Amino acid sequence: MNAANIIDPATLEGLAAFGINVLIIIVKIAVVLAVGLLHVAYATYFERKVIGHMQVRLGPMRVGPHGLLQPFADGLKLFFKEDIIPAQADKAMFYLAPVIFMASAMVNLSVIPYSENFVIADINVGLLFIFAIAGIGVYGIFLAGWASNSKYAFIGGLRSSAQVLSYEIAMGLSLVGVMILAGSFNLSDIVRAQQQSVFGMYVIPQFVAFIVFTISAVAETNRTPFDLPEAESELVAGYFTEYSGFRFALFFLGEYIAMFIIASISAVCFLGGWTLPWYVLKILPFLEYVPGIVWYLIKVYAFIFFYYWIRATVPRYRYDQLMKIGWKILIPIALANIVVTGFVKLIL
Amino acid sequence: MIQQAFFAYFAFAITVLALVVITRKNPIHSVAWMLLLFFHIAALYLFLNAEFLAAVQVIVYAGGILVLFLFAVLLVNVREEMRISRFIGAGAAGFTFAVGLLVVVLMALRSFIAAPPGMYTIEHIQQETNAIALGKVLYTEFLYPFEITSLILLVAIIGAIVLAKKGLRG
Repeated sequence: MNAANIIDPATLEGLAAFGINVLIIIVKIAVVLAVGLLHVAYATYFERKVIGHMQVRLGPMRVGPHGLLQPFADGLKLFFKEDIIPAQADKAMFYLAPVIFMASAMVNLSVIPYSENFVIADINVGLLFIFAIAGIGVYGIFLAGWASNSKYAFIGGLRSSAQVLSYEIAMGLSLVGVMILAGSFNLSDIVRAQQQSVFGMYVIPQFVAFIVFTISAVAETNRTPFDLPEAESELVAGYFTEYSGFRFALFFLGEYIAMFIIASISAVCFLGGWTLPWYVLKILPFLEYVPGIVWYLIKVYAFIFFYYWIRATVPRYRYDQLMKIGWKILIPIALANIVVTGFVKLIL
Repeated sequence: MIQQAFFAYFAFAITVLALVVITRKNPIHSVAWMLLLFFHIAALYLFLNAEFLAAVQVIVYAGGILVLFLFAVLLVNVREEMRISRFIGAGAAGFTFAVGLLVVVLMALRSFIAAPPGMYTIEHIQQETNAIALGKVLYTEFLYPFEITSLILLVAIIGAIVLAKKGLRG
């Protein structure tokens, strides 16, 4: 008998447990990816419908009942478009940029706690991880603008990276108050800490931070009124002007997933994630039987609806106004909020 | 064994990537390779159970400093810069210095003594979590160096503003 072929039963058991763990994680990733992509498809439909009704139009109506199949028609169209690369473009960077942009948005889906027991990677530095990866998304924008070798794309790329960099600071600082109250970077722990806190949601003690966060969230995802990087009246489409077909779709996907991520952070850090405040449960105890994912999704989509709402309401800012709001108003307010929160936490 | 292989890969990749960064003719390509380099360094921190440092490494270096590099490179005209060769013509002198430095480092390595293990074992840090352990040390034992560092950074920021505003006033 060959001694090398005998495997220690303990090792075998360990391997089996490891295999099952890996399998569970892969299934979770598949679910999140599928739901994430479906979310993007219907987020565009939702957006067009909401803005349509706000402007007294019907929105998409032709494909399927009430235009419900419109996202699939759009997807198919994008898929069959010709892939055009500008003659003077830097090819390697041109290919790489949309991939960096979408991947950096997708990776963040892995640390968000969708429900009590449903998070792909429950890591201790969850919130910092999101910031780190979101910071990488800037490279996608920047490199796309540079590699296209077009002035519109270039200006769009420069504007966008300056904007995202400035507002990332305000957004990070606005979340420090939440970190102080929860005493953790772990997103699941932040939700649990909120559940046990007096107010049940951090949006009440941290409403100043929540306002700063919401404003910088809009700027961070390049949406109206801060959509200067893709201001279509000046820059055609900004940094992705030269992209077509599926590469364009990658930018589109990345942008909508980034919106979903930001809405998730607001739901998890300020609105209590999958939980309800204890006083609501005391008044309406039967709500306890509703699965947590429902509350989580309601909070996320309420935030996304808010995005669409301001898009249909507010005109675009000027670039210098944008920078002034970020550096001279939001960052000082966020810093003051940190000091006050720290003192309050020290006293209580 | 797996740990050694892991470390060997990252150490090797970091060295190779660093060489790639400094030999690219196009500064934007250099920055892109450097981004990859920073991710490898962050992975090494993870390997040392320092997840907080790994996240901060990516946030500060990849998300902040490197983007500012990109700005600087883009705002001085890149298209002209691309034709200039990247090294000055003193290869022989540079090589001599590099070899000399290598010899000094190798000699210093011979007298290497591992520091005695302190109270911060991996188990202790995992129980307390990275950020708390780091914060406690930083704000008690190393408070003065920490504050002095922040003062130096503040001076640099004010200096930059003064230099930038000087032209506007005159």
